[in-house]
Amino acid sequence: MTYQYPDERGHFGQYGGRYVAETLMPALLELEEAYLEISQDPTFKKEFAYYLKNYVGRPSPLYYAERLSRELGGAKIYLKREDLNHTGAHKVNNTVGQILLARRMGKQKVIAETGAGQHGVATATVAALFGMECEIFMGKEDIRRQALNVFRMKLLGAKVHEVTSGTATLKDAMNDALRHWVTHVRDTFYIIGTVAGPHPYPQLVRDFQSVIGEEARQQLQEAEGRLPDAAIACIGGGSNAMGTFYPFIKDASVRLIGVEAAGLGVDTDKHAASISAGAPGVLHGNKTYLLQNEDGQINHAHSISAGLDYPGVGPEHAHLQDLGRAEYVSITDDEALEAFQTLTRVEGIIPALESAHAIAQVMKLAPTMDKDQLLLVCLSGRGDKDIHTVAEAMGVQF
Amino acid sequence: MSRISKTFAALKQNRETALIPFLTAGDPDLETSAKLVRTLAKSGADLIELGVPFSDPMADGPTIQAASERALAAGATLEKVLQLVTEVRRDTQVPLVLMGYYNPIFRYGVEGFAAAAAAAGVDGLLLVDLPPEQTDEIAPALEKAGLDLITLLAPTTPPERMRRLAAAAQGYLYYVSMTGVTGTAAISPAAIKQAVEELKGMTEVPVGVGFGISTVADAKAVGEFADGVVVGSALVKIIAEYGQSEELQAQVGAFIASLKQGLVEQAG
Repeated sequence: MTYQYPDERGHFGQYGGRYVAETLMPALLELEEAYLEISQDPTFKKEFAYYLKNYVGRPSPLYYAERLSRELGGAKIYLKREDLNHTGAHKVNNTVGQILLARRMGKQKVIAETGAGQHGVATATVAALFGMECEIFMGKEDIRRQALNVFRMKLLGAKVHEVTSGTATLKDAMNDALRHWVTHVRDTFYIIGTVAGPHPYPQLVRDFQSVIGEEARQQLQEAEGRLPDAAIACIGGGSNAMGTFYPFIKDASVRLIGVEAAGLGVDTDKHAASISAGAPGVLHGNKTYLLQNEDGQINHAHSISAGLDYPGVGPEHAHLQDLGRAEYVSITDDEALEAFQTLTRVEGIIPALESAHAIAQVMKLAPTMDKDQLLLVCLSGRGDKDIHTVAEAMGVQF
Repeated sequence: MSRISKTFAALKQNRETALIPFLTAGDPDLETSAKLVRTLAKSGADLIELGVPFSDPMADGPTIQAASERALAAGATLEKVLQLVTEVRRDTQVPLVLMGYYNPIFRYGVEGFAAAAAAAGVDGLLLVDLPPEQTDEIAPALEKAGLDLITLLAPTTPPERMRRLAAAAQGYLYYVSMTGVTGTAAISPAAIKQAVEELKGMTEVPVGVGFGISTVADAKAVGEFADGVVVGSALVKIIAEYGQSEELQAQVGAFIASLKQGLVEQAG
């Protein structure tokens, strides 16, 4: 199949685009030009590869989860261990790429929004690495849920802005980051943490994260001599999923399965399943599936996992859904909690609650597959940050 | 000639600057804000920008964010804003421009919106998150309905882009007076002056200036060189302060009248 997205105007089919204030348009055009330049520049590629290897610790292992596979009694399950990256999640792949780009563009300051705090930590980390000023926008509700990550960001030298507007979660943090960027656009680079936002962000974040799928493809080739039958990843904005899927998009035999957060259930009003239960709309610079009411007002998202608690999804996922190239399913809070405990007990790996959604889907799917089939799962992050939330959900008090 | 063009043409004859107040439709509630629109028109507004409330107003500062939240909490929707326009259109011929974000209109349906808005008596549309790169998805429907699509220009807009956008402008051009969100910083008239004068050299379309104009002195200073001044957050603050109190209409009327008087004196 041919697959060449985004188009020259930043659209993935009807999705994507650049829905931003005029004040930001020149900065986006400048970013697009700079990105085009570095994406064809071998010295940039070399620099990026250097930091991924020596700083992030790539390649991340592809681990055959033998006990989990045996216990589920179906497909062979391979975990792409993004949890073993420096800072504990896939987010750092993208922040390394973007800060190198920011330096090329001569920007002195970086800003970022964060939900669970993983992207905030990954941004503060690379800002410390390159001695750049860093400000992070985080919802008050998430600051409460992820106090450890807030402290990490502060230790790393970042200034953390508490966002109290709206629902005080990720979407509002992104609103405030955009407001800050409009005001400081001349010297500030906005490091967006997922494959969303105005063009060229969905493209460049996907490209930086594609190292996940590229490595996995090669590692699976070495281990099994073939492609996976399916690739599974969780989806908030969808960056680890896009990074996992993209290198397999043209391989029609590989099922691509994105797992959204169903919260208390997609038939309730407390979930974050934008594709499964949302409708197309425009927010945060792009057209995509959104949780919204009849009047086009954005609804509150809910997930036990702060990183999935977002009422939208990257526009390329919206397009893959419409094309039928990827499937999107959803997993409830309870299912994710169960998967969290299962992986911990069976493999000795404590996953992030985000990644536990992908594991929960594996637990549903693997038993329906043959023993010689291969299931690739992106284990996007580690669960240390979520221990408190899980304990609370299990009724444990410290 | 459209209501917007007629208004600017008439003001130009008197060498007067248009006073363009902004308020969020439905703040504090739909009935009160319909009265406010009439008060604005009677007190000297030459054109009114009616904000369509949105849950995620990314280009707005805290004052207009709060107004949007109040309006939504009081039940405002795009449909009801159009009803409000229909109602006030019975009493006033002041040009009305809807200002806001794209999603409520996209969700409503662009074609249906354009027709309904024109039927209600809306004259133009200003969408802060729909830059020229994206307007092709809405422009044909607006044109068919006879609505002007107002273009925003910013201090970061490079000269070549400005020339291109100015050449294609409809109604009036909205020059954003600072790099920032609405109502959060004081303006510097000298810096704006140069940009606006350059802009006026590129187009026959009138140039309005907004974001950060809050006092009679600001309005007069900007009125020296601009064809229109937009006053938003300062007015919305008065609406927030007096809310449903009986003084609200009088306070708003007095504020608008003082701005208008300043602009008339300055033209005089």
